[in-house]
Amino acid sequence: MTMQSIYLATPLLPLIAAVVVGLFGRFMPRSAAHWLTIIGVGGAFVLSVVVLRDVIAGHVFNGPVYTWLTSGDTSFEIGFLIDSLSAMMMVVVTFVSLMVHIYTIGYMHDDPGYKRFFSYISLFTFSMLMLVMSNNFMQLFFGWEAVGLVSYLLIGFWYTRPTAIYANLKAFLVNRVGDFGFLLGIGMVLYYLGSLDYAAVFSVAPEFADATVRSPIPGVDWSLMTVICLLLFVGAMGKSAQVPLHVWLPDSMEGPTPISALIHAATMVTAGIFMVARMSPLFELSTTALSTVMIIGAITALFMGFLGIIQNDIKRVVAYSTLSQLGYMTVALGASAYSVAIFHLMTHAFFKALLFLAAGSVIMGMHHEQDIRKMGGLRKYMPITWITSLLGSLALIGTPFFSGFYSKDSIIEAVAASDIPGSGFAHFAVLAGVFITAFYSFRMYFLVFHGKERFLEPADATHDAHHDDTHGHNNHAHVHIPHESPWVITGPLIALAIPSVLIGAWTIQPMLFGGFFKNVIYVDFGLHPAMFELAHDFHGALRMGLHAFFSVPFILAASGVALAHHFYIRRPSIPAAIKRRMHWLYRVMENKYYFDSFNERVFAAVSRFIGSKLWQIGDVQIIDGTLVNGTARLIGRISGIVRQLQSGLIYHYAFAMIIGVFLLLTLFMKL
Amino acid sequence: MANLPFLSLSIWVPIVAGVAVLCTGDDRNAKMARWLALLGSIAAFLVTLPLYFKFDCQDGGFQFDEGYNWIPSFNIHYHLGVDGIAVPLILLTSFTTVIVVLAAWEVIQKRVAQYLAAFLIMSGLMIGVFSALDGILFYMFWEAMLIPMFLIIGVWGGPNRVYATIKFFLYTLLGSLLMLVAFIYLYHQTNSFELVDFYAFKMPLNVQIWIFLAFFAAFSVKVPMWPVHTWLPDAHVEAPTGGSVVLAAIALKMGAYGFLRFAMPIAPDAAHYLANFIITLSLIAVVYIAFVALVQQDMKKLIAYSSISHMGFVTLGFFIFNPLGMEGGIVQMISHGFVSGALFLCVGVLYDRMHSRQIADYGGVVNVMPTFAAFAVLFAMANTGLPGTSGFVGEFMVILGALQANFLFAFLAATTLIFGAAYTLWMVKRVYYGEVGNSHVAALKDIGKREFLILAILAVMTLGLGVYPKPLTDMTHATANNLLNHLSQSKLP
Repeated sequence: MTMQSIYLATPLLPLIAAVVVGLFGRFMPRSAAHWLTIIGVGGAFVLSVVVLRDVIAGHVFNGPVYTWLTSGDTSFEIGFLIDSLSAMMMVVVTFVSLMVHIYTIGYMHDDPGYKRFFSYISLFTFSMLMLVMSNNFMQLFFGWEAVGLVSYLLIGFWYTRPTAIYANLKAFLVNRVGDFGFLLGIGMVLYYLGSLDYAAVFSVAPEFADATVRSPIPGVDWSLMTVICLLLFVGAMGKSAQVPLHVWLPDSMEGPTPISALIHAATMVTAGIFMVARMSPLFELSTTALSTVMIIGAITALFMGFLGIIQNDIKRVVAYSTLSQLGYMTVALGASAYSVAIFHLMTHAFFKALLFLAAGSVIMGMHHEQDIRKMGGLRKYMPITWITSLLGSLALIGTPFFSGFYSKDSIIEAVAASDIPGSGFAHFAVLAGVFITAFYSFRMYFLVFHGKERFLEPADATHDAHHDDTHGHNNHAHVHIPHESPWVITGPLIALAIPSVLIGAWTIQPMLFGGFFKNVIYVDFGLHPAMFELAHDFHGALRMGLHAFFSVPFILAASGVALAHHFYIRRPSIPAAIKRRMHWLYRVMENKYYFDSFNERVFAAVSRFIGSKLWQIGDVQIIDGTLVNGTARLIGRISGIVRQLQSGLIYHYAFAMIIGVFLLLTLFMKL
Repeated sequence: MANLPFLSLSIWVPIVAGVAVLCTGDDRNAKMARWLALLGSIAAFLVTLPLYFKFDCQDGGFQFDEGYNWIPSFNIHYHLGVDGIAVPLILLTSFTTVIVVLAAWEVIQKRVAQYLAAFLIMSGLMIGVFSALDGILFYMFWEAMLIPMFLIIGVWGGPNRVYATIKFFLYTLLGSLLMLVAFIYLYHQTNSFELVDFYAFKMPLNVQIWIFLAFFAAFSVKVPMWPVHTWLPDAHVEAPTGGSVVLAAIALKMGAYGFLRFAMPIAPDAAHYLANFIITLSLIAVVYIAFVALVQQDMKKLIAYSSISHMGFVTLGFFIFNPLGMEGGIVQMISHGFVSGALFLCVGVLYDRMHSRQIADYGGVVNVMPTFAAFAVLFAMANTGLPGTSGFVGEFMVILGALQANFLFAFLAATTLIFGAAYTLWMVKRVYYGEVGNSHVAALKDIGKREFLILAILAVMTLGLGVYPKPLTDMTHATANNLLNHLSQSKLP
């Protein structure tokens, strides 16, 4: 098999599996549905590994597959760019997807939509692969929207639930707001840089570094590159859930847990990060854009982290943690540390997928209970889930030698080394974020796995607030004893726990400081020297880990864990007291800083108001009422008057004729 | 085989078939009428296929030329010919007719032969519109096509059909008469009704503007452009499903086609002069109508408004005078033919079962009609312009083209990404998702084999055009370049 056919086969295998299961699923047994898709995705994973090895061996590919269409002199191609960035993404995507496929066998075991679910997640894998393998902006947009579609379908997977179908509509629309900017950015690229092909665009971009475009404000010109980068970044804000376009991600937890892990933590939401890293030759030309990216990322990292503290739904805690970590990645992008952002993207994909899948395991073990206040002491009942969760949490908070430590610490260092506007705030935000991350992560961990076994207490009336399955258990008569999940669930947890712990130490050297991303990620070291300084201070993964025990981030993380332990294990009365004391703050946070109500009351309501006024007044009253039917009425009225002339009485006509003859005679006499 | 008059066959085969169907008489022979109509429509579709296969994509001029003297005293010819813009529309027309005949199969039980015959005859007349190269011949097809549509809405339509038909008829007739005046003026100047003579005829700007506006009156109503669009929602709501499908898929395209064939090349300087005016109207259509669509309670009205918004892209694309816009507009026309046709068929499927078009009467349809809902969601997604469906191609091209003309145009046009998704998916949410809304919904049965076949064909077309639009643009490429070239040359004397 040539490499070209391997490139082609990688996305096509999941696609074929998805289409076959989607169309003919009803004629096949359940096992056929999951085996087909697992073979498809597993094959894609194996091929991705082959591709990655080939890329490491030095083979890069950039070429078209077919011409989508041509118009004028512009030709739109479907094509692949296979380099270290796309190959690494391919491996991450297919690996996590494979784990999620296996996990789903257990998690969705009793669901009537079993086959449909497998079809969707395989389709997602295809779309995501097309996105990361693209060699041009158009196909990027293709994959971009296609993953959005699958996300829409999967958030609304349980389509009878009002919350789910509200959440998926919201997710699609908010993403469309991002795509609106993204598409305009793509249009600007085509118009000014003359192509949609990455290689062509990147090679001409430096010539436009000082180009300007007219702005709507008279007398003010904007830098072309800043406008392009900001428009593209709006797309990234939608997909990677950056403030203020983050509102859809917490609600997306209405979807089944496996897709929360795959789509809304590990892969799709990182598409924006991937895109900006891919566009590094463009972003490097605009410090204004980088600065904006950094500030937006810092706001997301910090303020979304706060919200993680007050969540009681196990999935939502992890969701806010995802938002916050996406903020970290965005900050890294802003600091021109693209490779660090991608590095964190990778480590995060493993440990966050692990945390989500572990949360799903807990939910199953707790018989579809998602409220962490009703858990506790689960480590006795679910040992594998417990250990893997602990490893995931330690990775998330950046414990030295865990994968998350290497990526997160590098982000903090990079921000510290950056001197673009906003880097001071960003540095504060990422440091404060370390403490908050440690606090909310271990709050959840302690509440779930340690302490009193609160599920033994009689259930109260608020029990059924959150359910994660169609067959909601509203039967409170007896207490469910938690149980460990079957191997199809614990297996993927273990398989994800291994890279969550190890991959950082293993890959930090080549990914950040070696030549792995050479010629792929472009950094202007003269202007943005952060990575250069990082490389200067780096003396191997082991030294970095040892050194960290005396650093500020570690102290912050450790104190976060200690505080969580104090609050939720030793003195559980403290949080309630704080909540009473800080009532107003709690209200603001409980309402998620009022973003949702603002959107609903302003954007949604005003749109509907404008729509109904334009319709009732514009169409019905003015156009139809006055102009169309008004013309008809006017004609009717005139003819009503004119009709009077045709009275049918001979003497009227005779009289008119005499007058006419008289007038004519007068006229002719004069001549 | 080589020299058969394919255009005449494309026009007259469906008309003859229609007359034959009429001859089956009353509803006792309904079964025969259906089969005859189906065979006729398939035959009519087959005779249009050579237009695709024998078409020379490199040639931007008129092909399959047929010319005969018709009324020599006025120099009127029966002159037919097609270019890369007309052929896709002709194929769309003959294709849609097969779909419509199939869609009527069990649904229409009264005056079956007359109903089917009206569609067949209308199909021939519309193909005539797309292939006539003589002003009077065009005008005749253009006006004649109104009659079967008038009957379809007026006889088989809903309760308020009389108001809707009269509104539809008068609206369009008023515009068309001004077009006739323009033709007569041009005849007086050139002593010919030949299109090529019109193209070559030089006119001062003020004359061009009057000529252009006369055409504009006819075509803008048909597209329809804001503010002369209000006949469309009424006509759609009252029309039977087949009528809505033809109206949306083809009849609207006649207006847009008219701009390309007559208004713009005959009066190119006026077209440039008035471009900003038309672009403004198009953008109002895209934005204003999207808001209006958001608050519709009636599914057909919602799709009708969505059609107007999507047709705004077509006229926007044409009047920015660049290849992306022009070809994007053409692709959008074809895509809209599939997607809006499919959406109206979906409403028809529900209406046949529930006899309601109100969104509020539904809810949770997916629970009882999963296969149908899958199709409906697919077409809804195509309507929101999702990449991979045909709906994306045209919008994408027009937005990119508009950006090259003016960023603001692209900005406003791109809002459809948000609003198009909002009104379409909000409807999907309320109709298809959720718990089963009421006992009527609970009693619904999923689509049968015939409905499945129709929707599956349309789904394949929608996806095929979305994944690989090149065959279509290859066809339009040379013609669009040719046309843009012609438009860039001033015709001032």
